[in-house]
Amino acid sequence: MDSGIGLGARGPLIPAAAREAAEVVVRAVDVHKRFGRLKVLKGVDLEVKRRETVCIIGPSGSGKSTFLRCINHLEKINSGRIEVNGHLIGYRERDGKLIEDSESSIARQRREIGMVFQRFNLFPHMTALGNIIEAPIRVRGIPEQEAIATGEELLERVGLAAKRDVYPGKLSGGQQQRVAIARALAMNPTLMLFDEATSALDPEVIGEVLEVMEELAREGMTMIVVTHEMGFARRAADRVAMMDDGRIIEEGPPEHFFDAPTQERTRQFLSMII
Amino acid sequence: MLASVDWHIIWSRIFHPDHIFLRAMYTTVYIAVIAQVIGIVLGLIAALMRQSKLLPLRLLSGLYVLIFRGTPLLVQIFFIYFGANLLLGFTLIPNTLHLGLFNLDGAVVAGILALGINEGAYMREIIRAGIDAVDRGQMEAARSLGMTYRLAMRRIVLPQASRVIVPPLGNEFNNMLKTTSLVFTIGVYEMFADAEIHYSQTFKPVEFFLAVAFWYLVLTGVWTIIQAQIERKLTASERGDELSFLERLSQAWTPVSAWARGAR
Repeated sequence: MDSGIGLGARGPLIPAAAREAAEVVVRAVDVHKRFGRLKVLKGVDLEVKRRETVCIIGPSGSGKSTFLRCINHLEKINSGRIEVNGHLIGYRERDGKLIEDSESSIARQRREIGMVFQRFNLFPHMTALGNIIEAPIRVRGIPEQEAIATGEELLERVGLAAKRDVYPGKLSGGQQQRVAIARALAMNPTLMLFDEATSALDPEVIGEVLEVMEELAREGMTMIVVTHEMGFARRAADRVAMMDDGRIIEEGPPEHFFDAPTQERTRQFLSMII
Repeated sequence: MLASVDWHIIWSRIFHPDHIFLRAMYTTVYIAVIAQVIGIVLGLIAALMRQSKLLPLRLLSGLYVLIFRGTPLLVQIFFIYFGANLLLGFTLIPNTLHLGLFNLDGAVVAGILALGINEGAYMREIIRAGIDAVDRGQMEAARSLGMTYRLAMRRIVLPQASRVIVPPLGNEFNNMLKTTSLVFTIGVYEMFADAEIHYSQTFKPVEFFLAVAFWYLVLTGVWTIIQAQIERKLTASERGDELSFLERLSQAWTPVSAWARGAR
C-alpha cells in the first residue's frame, strides 16, 4: 500500500558489512572547484563519520549541490581531496600528484555511494521494480531472482509495494522520489547523498519522502543531505553545516546550530527562511 | 500525342511484371535494407565518437560527415566501386561475394557499401539529436549507480533516444528506397536498370519509365503505411506508458511482421 511507510518493519536496511566500515566515511579536505572562471567551492572541509547524518544548508548558489556532486565525482574537483571509506574519490595518487582514475574504477567507487536527485531521474522506460533491480543485476551481477526479491522488499519499505509494475510517468512526485531512494538503496551503499530531494515536490507529498529519509537516518545510514527543510535538519541531523559563498562557515549539532548560531551570516539566513 | 504512347506496354509492365523485373525489385529492396542497416550502425558509431573525450575520434567523426555529406553520392558510388581496391591496396570489393546460399555481385557489394556509408553520415545527425533529447539527469543517475558509460548508454540513454530517432529514420528509409536507383550506373541490375535497358532496346521512354515510377511508388507507399503504423503505435504507447520499451517496440513492429506473413 502506498499510504503507510512501513520502513524498518523487517530490520535495518543497512548491511553488516557497511556497519563495519571505517569510522570516517567521508573526508573532504580543502576542496576547490571552478566552472570556468567562476569559483564555486573555495576550500570546503568536512568529515562525516559512520552512521552520521549531516545536513548542509545555505543560500542557493553557495555550492551545496556542487560539493555533494563532487563526493561521487559527478563533478571533478580542481584541488583538495575527497576520500570515501578511506579511498580517494576519482583520483589516484602518484608521487604526491593526483591523476584522474580510470572510468571503470570511478564506476566501482560509485557503487558504494547512493545518490538521490532533486528531479528523481528515474528511468522512464522501466517499471518501479525495473528501476530498482537494473543496477544490482547489471553492475553488481546479482542473480535476477535475488535482485527482484530485494527490490520488492525495498518497495515495501518505502510503502510502494503496490506500484511494483507501474511506470514512473504514472507515479506522483513523492512516489517517484521514494522509488529513487529504493533504487539507490538496492546497491547496498555505505553512504547516501541527497541533493535537495524534496525541492521539486508538491508541499503535500514532501512529508512522505522526509519520513523515509528520517527512518533511514534512525537506522544508522550515513547520510549527507542538502536541504531547505529546516524541520528535517532539526529532527534527523546529527550535525548541520552552513555553506555560504563556497565555504562551510559554521557547523554543529542542530540544537546549537539553530538556537545559538555563532555566525552573523547564519543568523541572517535562518531568520530569512524560518 | 497520347496516341503515340503504347498503353499495352505500360499495362503489362504494371499488371504482369516478368520474373526478371521481380528479381530486380527484390534487388532494390535488399540493397535498401542492408544499406540502411549499415547506415544506422555507422551513424551510431559516429554519433558516439562525436561525444568522445578523445579529440581524434571527434575529428574523425566530423571529417566523416563533412566528406560524405559534402560530395555527391554518385561520385562516392563510382569511387568505391572503381577506386576502393586501388586505394586500399587490397580487395575490399570482390568480383563476387560468396555468402553460402547465394552470391553477391561485386557491383552490388560496392553499391550497398556506398549507400550505407553515405547514409551513416546523415544518420549520425539523427541519432545525435535523439541522444541530446534525453535528459542529462538520466546519464547522471545511471552513473551514480555505478554504471559505466557504455552500460548507461546501452541500457538507459539509447532506449529513450530511440523514440526520437524512429520517425526521421522512417523518412531516411523512404529516401533510401529511391536512391538505390543510382547504383544502376555501376551495373547493378535493379529496378531502374531494368527500365533503362528496356528503354534502350525499344526507345519507348514514356512507357518504361512511367511503369518503373509506378513500382517505386508502390514500394514507398507500402513503407509509408508501415511507418505510419509504427509511429502511431509509438505515440499511443507513449501516452499510455504502461508498456516496457521492448513490449512497445515489438508492438510497434507487429504490423510489419503481420504484413510480412501475408496478413493484409
